[in-house]
Amino acid sequence: MSATVAAAFLRPDDWWTIATAAVCSVACAIPGCFLVLRRQSLLGDAISHAILPGLAGAFLLTGSRDPWWMLLGAGAVGLATAALSGVLHRRGRVPPDAAMGVVFSVFFALGVVLISLAAARVDLDPGCVLYGTLEIVAFDTLSVAGVEVPRVLVTLSVVLLVNAALVAAFFKELKVASFDPALATAMGFSAGLIHYALMTATAATAVVSFEAVGSVLVVAMLVAPGATAHLLTDRLGRLVAIACLSAGLSAFVGYLVALGLNTSVAGSVATIAGGQFLLAVLLAPRHGVGARAVARRLLSLRIDREDVLGTLYRRHESGAASGAELAWAIPDPRRAARAVRALRRRGLLERADPLRLTPAGLDAARGVVRTHRLWETFLSRELGLPLDHLHEASHRAEHFISPEIQRRLSADSPDTDPHGKRIPPREG
Amino acid sequence: MIIDRSHPGVTTEPAVEVHDCTVAYDRRPVLWDVDLLLPPRRLIAIVGPNGAGKSTLLKAILGLVPLASGKVEVFGKPLRQARHLVGYVPQRESVDWDFPVSALDVVLMGRYGRLGWVRRPGSADRRAAREALEKVGMSACADRQISQLSGGQQQRVFLARALAQDASLYFMDEPFAGVDAATEKAMVTVLRGLREGGRTVVAVHHDLQTVPEYFDHVVLLNMRLVAAGPVGEAFTPANLHKTYGGRLTILDEAAEAVRRARG
Amino acid sequence: MWDDVVRLLTLQDANTRVVLIGAGLLGLAAGVVGSFAVLRRRALVGDAVAHAALPGIGLAFFVVGERDFGAFLLGALVMGAACAGLISLVRAYTRVKEDAAIAVAVGGFFGLGIVLSRLAQNSPEGNKAGLDGFIYGKAASMIASDARLIAWVAGGALLGVALLYKELKVLSFDRDFAQAQGWPTLALDLLVMGLICVVTVAGLPAVGIVLIVALLVIPPAAARFWTDRLGTMLVLAGAIGLGAGVLGTAVSATAPVPAGMLSRGWPTGPAIVLCAGAAFLASLLAAPRRGVVAGALRRVGLRRRIQLQNLLRAMHEAAEGSPGALFEPGVELMLERGWSPSRVRAVVRRARRAGLVEPPGADDPGRGPLRLTEAGARAAASVVRAHRQWELFLIEHADIAPDHVDRDADQIEHVLPPDLLRTLEERLAASGRATVPVSPHPLPKPAPGAGGTP
Repeated sequence: MSATVAAAFLRPDDWWTIATAAVCSVACAIPGCFLVLRRQSLLGDAISHAILPGLAGAFLLTGSRDPWWMLLGAGAVGLATAALSGVLHRRGRVPPDAAMGVVFSVFFALGVVLISLAAARVDLDPGCVLYGTLEIVAFDTLSVAGVEVPRVLVTLSVVLLVNAALVAAFFKELKVASFDPALATAMGFSAGLIHYALMTATAATAVVSFEAVGSVLVVAMLVAPGATAHLLTDRLGRLVAIACLSAGLSAFVGYLVALGLNTSVAGSVATIAGGQFLLAVLLAPRHGVGARAVARRLLSLRIDREDVLGTLYRRHESGAASGAELAWAIPDPRRAARAVRALRRRGLLERADPLRLTPAGLDAARGVVRTHRLWETFLSRELGLPLDHLHEASHRAEHFISPEIQRRLSADSPDTDPHGKRIPPREG
Repeated sequence: MIIDRSHPGVTTEPAVEVHDCTVAYDRRPVLWDVDLLLPPRRLIAIVGPNGAGKSTLLKAILGLVPLASGKVEVFGKPLRQARHLVGYVPQRESVDWDFPVSALDVVLMGRYGRLGWVRRPGSADRRAAREALEKVGMSACADRQISQLSGGQQQRVFLARALAQDASLYFMDEPFAGVDAATEKAMVTVLRGLREGGRTVVAVHHDLQTVPEYFDHVVLLNMRLVAAGPVGEAFTPANLHKTYGGRLTILDEAAEAVRRARG
Repeated sequence: MWDDVVRLLTLQDANTRVVLIGAGLLGLAAGVVGSFAVLRRRALVGDAVAHAALPGIGLAFFVVGERDFGAFLLGALVMGAACAGLISLVRAYTRVKEDAAIAVAVGGFFGLGIVLSRLAQNSPEGNKAGLDGFIYGKAASMIASDARLIAWVAGGALLGVALLYKELKVLSFDRDFAQAQGWPTLALDLLVMGLICVVTVAGLPAVGIVLIVALLVIPPAAARFWTDRLGTMLVLAGAIGLGAGVLGTAVSATAPVPAGMLSRGWPTGPAIVLCAGAAFLASLLAAPRRGVVAGALRRVGLRRRIQLQNLLRAMHEAAEGSPGALFEPGVELMLERGWSPSRVRAVVRRARRAGLVEPPGADDPGRGPLRLTEAGARAAASVVRAHRQWELFLIEHADIAPDHVDRDADQIEHVLPPDLLRTLEERLAASGRATVPVSPHPLPKPAPGAGGTP
């Protein structure tokens, strides 16, 4: 829907810009996924900073704006960053992160000095270096099949296709090499070769993207989508797909935000990408901080409910009725009341006081007590825990025992638990 | 009985009491309901297979990992009040050996605890550190940077640092790992000296063959306490079988279930 | 130009004096504080903190509505600390690794900063805000109050490190041990992070967001080459930082710009970083023990020693097989060890120069057969003894089969430390084999003439 709303406001030039930003972001996100998985995210950061002197040097040496020379110069310096960091680490025993910090900051400083000293010949604005010229890509076009397409978009599309093709072709190798470099080498894929291939792809992508969108967007787009996707899935294929989606979405939303606020497009896209990561950190279904908090909360609610059920079953078993027992299971009266309400909603407790289990509730409660006593039996027989330590230990564990574990626990257990109480059968 | 105040280990109070401790890493329990009483003035081995939670037990007693449940007392007091009585030898791999310090510097760190904030180690501390190095036969290497030491020498430096702590109770995480036979013998002599001085040593140990020779007391651990007691009583083939064979997959699966449930 | 340099170094110009002092103190503090960052493998957290400072400054501008240096620094500090906190949070509570968290923070926060600084520029007072100045820094426009702020920060950081030197040392080396000893490791960790934040933010106006990390990382990394002591490393890192700050400022103020080019001149921040980088490069190459050149020389030396010892051992063993016979280096070494002719010539040349081998005739050019001199015979005997001791040790104590032992011994014997050799000798002496022991495996028979038939 937002797309239709957006379509009403956006002019063709806007769409070209969005396309450029999106293609650039996706092109970066693809190698970025593997940087994240291989814990080399900072190399992406370092490479994208360090290509500046390559650009400036290519300008100074050739005296032309020929993009091929720029590509070559920047790519060479980008690769040199990766290689030099490695050499500093191995030969100079500099910690790897510090080695990267040394190399890329010195290179970047060199680039700024070159640009400043030769401002007339190197027509690079230090500002544009960081946040690019996305706003004006639509003015520099070239004709493809009769359509005027931004020149940068064409190069970026080529890079995107090459990256996608490489990942598709070497998916299996990348997977093994990212997961277990030693295994990859043992299987005959050279981990070193894959490392440098990935570095080359990263450097090339960074160089091409850098021209259009500046180094900030490159840094953000190399790592943020991959890191976001890493929080959302456990499968490599899906991870790459989600990263691409996230990158494209960042470009689109980022552009709209920038248009609305009249601010830098590259900065806005990078912000959205970072924001997506933050959202994923908080809300990702399984790996997010929020999801975990929710899971813990649900778990504690379930434990309370099961404790009430267990207590009532024991009371039912002994024929006694005592409220103190419930208080023992859940000392906090508010939590106890909440558990009782939830059980009534589920039809496991009779609506009327005093508390009584419904037939369905009795079945559920039997299951809880059965697990408890099976675990007590296990603790006593296998771990040799003394009798007076069993109940509490089992009380904590009973909520986590899956049917499969229960089946195995019950395989050779007696009819009574170590205290002599009957272990209720599965069916009443 | 003479009670040396600086070393409560000389009393007959248990050195360590662990009450029903469960420890979880990343929400996954690695130790279940361990209930343990360690006597003073003994050399105590903790043995068990890989992943049995041996290091975790040490770290839990030292308060380096949080307890999911249970409590720990050292000489009858909460750890917080007994820290100055406790010395620690971590696993050798746990530190960066390229760190810019000399062997003597590392040993001096053992004295930091008693110095308190801001105060620098003085000549008495230096003397104590040199004596500790002397005891482990490392005087000649005092001024070497620690990466220039062999694995066994590094382990001895760690032992010397613990000696410099002058504690009553020592926890050592695999003190003999990567140590040659001669060094191991020398280190055992040092440990016996500690015991003669009324100290207690609790060490994670890997070599089952040497347990009866080196240690008085043994704790058999595999995610749960299998047995603990004097070597003669607890170090039996049946207990070893329970520790190293046994039906443990259930605990493992239950631990995984806990991790999943906690999200 | 010389006049400029003299004026600068004698601190005659009040303006330059301020910049020199400010940049120098900044380098000093960053070098000392950065040492702990580098040693704790947190070198690039400073980079993320610096990048997060830009949106902090932007927000401060919108809150205050004008260019207020104090407010800017406060905003930067708050945002930087938040960034550092977020990185720790992500590392502790999610599966995302610290490096990815840092990289995302760098890109995301900086993007936000650029968005905000553009917005500020669009606002009426925005052009005066000079937010762009923070990206590359404008050390040259440093005024006395800025330098005073840097002085306070540097003084505080240095005092903190001096007072808590022992605590920070044990924390950085062995966190678990420090905690077991009762130190509040989390609080100390936060203190280090806080110091990094403060120094970073104080340095932004001078060096800029992108490059401030260089001052935190490069001086400590350079200092580490020269020393194995933490105290010395801190002093050196501080000194290198100070030197880079002063020299960089001096260079950017006085260095000539290439003639005939329209130029913006030397930017101060990058000049400081390049000076630090030069110090790093010099350290990397020239440091006596950890330096690359020293390492390469050591490797060449070792290789030559091994080759020489192999020559001596081959001659000794040949003499054992057929006493009194001359040694044919070409035959023995090229065939048995696969050496190239040029290497054989080089090794023989060095052995002759050392007086260990000689040709049978005094006027012989030495391309042909050789024999050991008296000194050479002694040296050869000791080489062979080391080799065979090690072989025996491997067979006796490491259960290595005799037919494999030769090659293993071959690699180790050349690097055995003297005290270990002594132990081996004692062991051999105890078993009654004090002289050169007999080889524990059959020696390859010296080939009689070239191409020797089996």
